[in-house]
Amino acid sequence: MPWLSYQKALNRALGDELARDPAVFVLGEDVRVAVSTVTAGLFKRFGPDRVLDTPLSEQAFTGFATGAALSGRRPVIEFQIPALLYLAFEQIVNQAHKFSLMTGGQARVPVTYLVPGSGSKTGWAGQHSDHPYALFAHAGVKTVVPATPEDAYGLLTTAIRDDDPVVVFAPAAALTARVDVDFARLGPVPLGVGRVHREGGDVTVVAVGHLVHDALAVAEELAGDVSVEVFDPRTAYPFDWDGLAASVAKTGRLVVVDDSNRMCGLAAEVVATAAERFDLLAPPVRVTRPDGAVVPFAPALDRAVQPDRAQLAAAVLKALKH
Amino acid sequence: MTRAPDTDAGLYRAVRLIRRFEERAVELVRSGDVVGGIHPYTGQEAIAAGVCAALREDDVITSTHRGHGHVLAKGADPGRVLAELAGRATGLNRGRGGSMHAADFGLGILGANAIVGANGAITAGAAWAARQEGGDRVAVSFFGDGAVNQGVLLEAFNLAALWRLPVLFVCENNGYATTLTVADGVAGTITGRGAAFGMPSVTVDGMDPRAVLGAAREAVDRARAGDGPSLVECVTYRFDAHHTWEHKARPRYRTEEEVRSGRERDPVVIQGARLADPERELVDAEVEAALADAVAFALGSPHPDPVGALDFLYATGMRARPGGGG
Ligand SMILES: Cc1ncc(C[n+]2csc(CCOP(=O)(O)OP(=O)(O)O)c2C)c(N)n1
Repeated sequence: MPWLSYQKALNRALGDELARDPAVFVLGEDVRVAVSTVTAGLFKRFGPDRVLDTPLSEQAFTGFATGAALSGRRPVIEFQIPALLYLAFEQIVNQAHKFSLMTGGQARVPVTYLVPGSGSKTGWAGQHSDHPYALFAHAGVKTVVPATPEDAYGLLTTAIRDDDPVVVFAPAAALTARVDVDFARLGPVPLGVGRVHREGGDVTVVAVGHLVHDALAVAEELAGDVSVEVFDPRTAYPFDWDGLAASVAKTGRLVVVDDSNRMCGLAAEVVATAAERFDLLAPPVRVTRPDGAVVPFAPALDRAVQPDRAQLAAAVLKALKH
Repeated sequence: MTRAPDTDAGLYRAVRLIRRFEERAVELVRSGDVVGGIHPYTGQEAIAAGVCAALREDDVITSTHRGHGHVLAKGADPGRVLAELAGRATGLNRGRGGSMHAADFGLGILGANAIVGANGAITAGAAWAARQEGGDRVAVSFFGDGAVNQGVLLEAFNLAALWRLPVLFVCENNGYATTLTVADGVAGTITGRGAAFGMPSVTVDGMDPRAVLGAAREAVDRARAGDGPSLVECVTYRFDAHHTWEHKARPRYRTEEEVRSGRERDPVVIQGARLADPERELVDAEVEAALADAVAFALGSPHPDPVGALDFLYATGMRARPGGGG
């Protein structure tokens, strides 16, 4: 079976959706020559009306996408770096996301915001290492963080077909993931449906994106002593609460690993909901970036603010002590 | 009401309707039937009337926090606009939008927008999509003099000019961004900002519906012909407050005398003088009757059911988790 990389999966999903639906178009900075590689080959295949190189005008092209979507198109914006979402926050959260409700259901804004290379990329420092998915989940914008190439393909496909705005975060540390897949079996993955990557009976570890791979590594490492279930909600919002409930019903213990900041991050919500709804045998534990972290430049400092495998292993053992 | 026709009588009906709509809306703010207040458009009616008279029904507009006039001139039903202001289920937006978000997609009204300058970029995207579909539809963005200092609007100028999009940017220069004068807020000139992007940019008398119509028609023709965007600066004067909160707070930023002399050039009077008395009186009576119906419709309409407060949040019908305990 052929190998599929995460990056190639995104590229393939874009190509397939452009081919399937003439309303889909891609826009962003340097998408024509595909500096990020995610849009590779698309300009040649679909031409300038479907693949638009934009000026460095994040606010304008994000608002532009809203206008095009209100008029029947399905834009996919590629953002070169996650921090650009802060520039376009107004256009996404305050405009695109609010249109449907504010117009009493007259409008739909099917824009996909694709962010390849989110999160820490060692050495990229403060303004290039953010992973702001929790902000969008908080605002209620559909927020997707795929972990694997087949999920990257399937979730991006669904995001493009969805009638609401959807932000798709492709974590930098997941981009290199590769799997052996049968291309014929690639297909859309619904939003809000989690995936159990590994079954276990003692503790549920919740992770999205590249952290799923860390969780799997930790589960393997502890396999002799602890049976870890790895649950990937795949979409931070909507979140698969029922899937998580089923997992925790089995294990009774919960650990969350999350590389958004601790304060009001995804882990905070998971732990809070678990406290309200689940019967836990032990207090839940979370491993996150520190409160309000700004990622420092020096590699050792960057690593110091990221959740790591040792912390996760310790958190799992802590949850088991009770 | 249908879209403002481009005859003298049509322009008069539009300015008169908007004027009387705004006056009634202010009364309804005072009586508490419209909560949240409004940004009155009185004095600026010639712009909405003149620009929309140059448009077809399938053209699109985006509007501002001061949007009732644009929406009415593009053909929205006054009763449903008023019902929206009063937060009723029968409002244009089913009571979810209110004064600053009135939208009627069936009439090409992509929504008033409460973030100054934000609609410019949305308009550019709508214009691009219209061109992609084929045909010769155009898109109009209305904004104030305050908006020309918003980066996103200048970015939108660039995209529209660069890609020769069928857009008409209409700046309603009423001299003030809330209380800040143009002289204190705008470096250079407003048309200079359009010219910097290579857009034909003109200034017209924004109190005269005919003058606005003339400039708008030229720009719309250019856009339809594929020759790209234009900027029309309409010099106007806002007769009333920036927002009805001023009726109570009474901030002092312009003199009585300035307001009095500003009101002397009244678009309703200017356009009314172009009709014979009997014809004008007929329109006046018809507008009064239409507004009486609108008020009765709005105030007689049901309030939306709070259970559905977040209906329409997602186009896909996805439901948000409730926030109340339990
Ligand atoms: C980006 C932004 N900044 C500030 C505000 C608050 N605000 C609402 S209207 C307004 C003045 C706008 O002036 P102008 O664009 O000239 O339009 P006018 O009110 O004169 O019609 C301000 C500052 C806002 N809504 N959006």
